[in-house]
Amino acid sequence: MTGPADIIFYLLAAMTVGAAILVAILPNIVYSAIALLFSFAGVAGLYVYLSADFLAATQVLIYVGGILILILFAVFLSNRISDVKISNPSRFHWQAAFICLGLFGILSYTAVSTAFPVKAVLSYQPTTSEIGELLMTRYLLPFEVASVLLLAALIGAAMLSRPDGGRGRPAEMEEPKR
Amino acid sequence: MLTEFATVLVFIVLGAVTVTLMLFVSRLLQPRNPTPVKLSTYECGEVPFGSSWVQFNIRFYVIALIFIIFDVEVALLYPWAVVFQKLGLLAFVEAFIFIVILLAGLAYLWKEGDLDWVRTMQEAPARKGEK
Repeated sequence: MTGPADIIFYLLAAMTVGAAILVAILPNIVYSAIALLFSFAGVAGLYVYLSADFLAATQVLIYVGGILILILFAVFLSNRISDVKISNPSRFHWQAAFICLGLFGILSYTAVSTAFPVKAVLSYQPTTSEIGELLMTRYLLPFEVASVLLLAALIGAAMLSRPDGGRGRPAEMEEPKR
Repeated sequence: MLTEFATVLVFIVLGAVTVTLMLFVSRLLQPRNPTPVKLSTYECGEVPFGSSWVQFNIRFYVIALIFIIFDVEVALLYPWAVVFQKLGLLAFVEAFIFIVILLAGLAYLWKEGDLDWVRTMQEAPARKGEK
């Protein structure tokens, strides 16, 4: 079957994979981060095709709107930012090719050999209220534990960013040297 | 559902096309007479100095990290917001616990001064419980 939906699906998949390849091969790390934006957005589109609308929205909200900004900040925060060598050089070609081929083999074997439950007729229904009900009843404990996990990440992020590896006071944080 | 996301796609495509078209038309119509002054980066009327590739303050990163954590919190609260009228008081209490745990973290960071942007704490007298 081919329709506009299928064509858009293949375009989305091509965009996701193409942008991911660009992330790996672009020499400038900022360009890589921008290419990552398109990859993340493509994944959000693929979630829509999986009838996971909530996941798609969350992907845009958190990965495109949050994680990517964090990655860009990490680039800008590097104290070697003015160093031209900040661009990622290609190294260890053979080792990387070996590992990637192995990973590709494992992943493709898993993808082919796993019996995925396939629905005969795909119905695109909103999932948010279903997720909400399950989170409030059956998966209540993971929901609350997620809060504790976020708390740990919050405190950990703040501690790590303090001077002297967490022992100093936040007020003593130094301004970057020009 | 797919139809609604098709609307999103149309919006994205229209946005991309509009921006490209506007840049193209402006390139087509503009008179080109560049001078060094015109080509310099606009910095609110000031004369720009130095490279724009400077190291940012580490505080931006802390704020971004904290932002992401609350971003995830809000994303987890969306499904709750959809059903909480149906589930009643129990769901309210559950979400309340969820938020309070994270609020405790925020209060801690606030008290410890991790959120202070201006470094006023240095000259201030020692805080309570600290020499």
